Amino acid sequence: MTTKRLTGHIVLGVVLLVCTLSIVVKGLLVTVGALLTLFIFSFLYKDNPYYKFAEHLFVGVSAAYWMCMGFWGTMVPNLFGKLYPPMVGSVIPALKDNPPEPFMVIPLFLGVLLLLRLSSKAGWISRWALAFIVGTTAGLNLVRYLRSDFIAQISSTMIPLYASGAAGFNLGETISNSVIFLGVMSGLIYFFFSKEHKGVFGTGARTGIIVLMVTFGASFGYTVMARISLLVGRMQFLFDDWLGLIR
Amino acid sequence: MKRTVPLLITLVVGAALIIADFVPHRPFGTLGDDFSLYFDIIAVFAFILGGGNLVRVHIMKLSKKRKDWPFSIVTLAGFFIMLAAGLLKIGNPDDIKGDVAALGSLFSDLYISIFTPLQASMFALLAFFVGSASYRAFRAKNKEATILLVSAFLILLGRTPLGLWLTEGIPDSISFLELPNLANWILDVPNLAGQRAIMIGIALGVISMSLRVILGVERTYLGQDND
Repeated sequence: MTTKRLTGHIVLGVVLLVCTLSIVVKGLLVTVGALLTLFIFSFLYKDNPYYKFAEHLFVGVSAAYWMCMGFWGTMVPNLFGKLYPPMVGSVIPALKDNPPEPFMVIPLFLGVLLLLRLSSKAGWISRWALAFIVGTTAGLNLVRYLRSDFIAQISSTMIPLYASGAAGFNLGETISNSVIFLGVMSGLIYFFFSKEHKGVFGTGARTGIIVLMVTFGASFGYTVMARISLLVGRMQFLFDDWLGLIR
Repeated sequence: MKRTVPLLITLVVGAALIIADFVPHRPFGTLGDDFSLYFDIIAVFAFILGGGNLVRVHIMKLSKKRKDWPFSIVTLAGFFIMLAAGLLKIGNPDDIKGDVAALGSLFSDLYISIFTPLQASMFALLAFFVGSASYRAFRAKNKEATILLVSAFLILLGRTPLGLWLTEGIPDSISFLELPNLANWILDVPNLAGQRAIMIGIALGVISMSLRVILGVERTYLGQDND
């Protein structure tokens, strides 16, 4: 038996022993959660069969999870419940007496067309459903982005560059407002590639880079904090919920 | 039929939704809500399609005994057990009338003991990779990298108790230099300006892409003719 194989058997033996002991002491649910957490973290050493096990399990479980949530949360009340309410009477009694909505046959029809994607001969018909999805997304997003991310943002940037209140001139607000206004303008100048970034325009673009770097730094800082807090959460689960070492 | 009908559907649906915003009366008034609901329902069919495709791919992998094929059994077992638990509401305290994720059901147990730890650990794993990325990013090689470094460092310090502890002795007259205040100012002012510039840029991109899609100029979503 090679050393690698022997090591593999020893690791498997230790995992099974820990698993058995943990199930007896802590119960099945906590044990499964803890072991899967360790399996994922084992990737920090290198790619290994335990990580692959957890990764494949995650794919299968999450696909089924979203299918079930979609089925009970959207399809049953919004499709079957509206198309033919008595059909869902035993599951959602409140919908039983609602009048049927025949137009709901449209999403049912398009949904079935989408499933034809699995067929090699009739797969092209799924484009009709896809076209509906793309059209809806384009139609809704065009107006939504125009309103909230374009007009509203420009409107919010048009702020007084000389800020004063009841107490007179407000230096802090004046500086902040000026930084916001100049920051947005220079950021937009940087994104404007139809003119060469030279002269005054180039100065604006370089200022834009500085503003964008501050933004990326802030986003990066936040991302690091979010990941670390998730890690702390997993460590708390392992050392508190599972091992009971910290209180 | 293969390309013209989808292009027509996109044009009609997209144009109707834009008109609906300017004509808030019947039959356009409720189009936005109706189409959003249709969209949600079709999205569930897309989940089913995804599940079906997952099963197909892993059954093929199993039957042809491709590399790592035993792990396909894990994927399929996880998929079917979770699916049965959710669709049949196995162990649900209120039986079929209960909420699918009701505590005590098998679906909820699988969610708590398998889905949540796996998801949280996967994302927590990124903390280590973000650590190595930080090392590369935090080597202030040029002016831009230094600004990014200072900004990230101030945010990290200002949002933790350490930042408050380090600068709590600063006099009130210059309290804006306290790390938490400085971090807040960075977030509320220069960060806001940068985010806004990016948002305006994205909005322009989305608007032009939407127009291209609705008018049929952009057709890549239809794939190739032999698909």
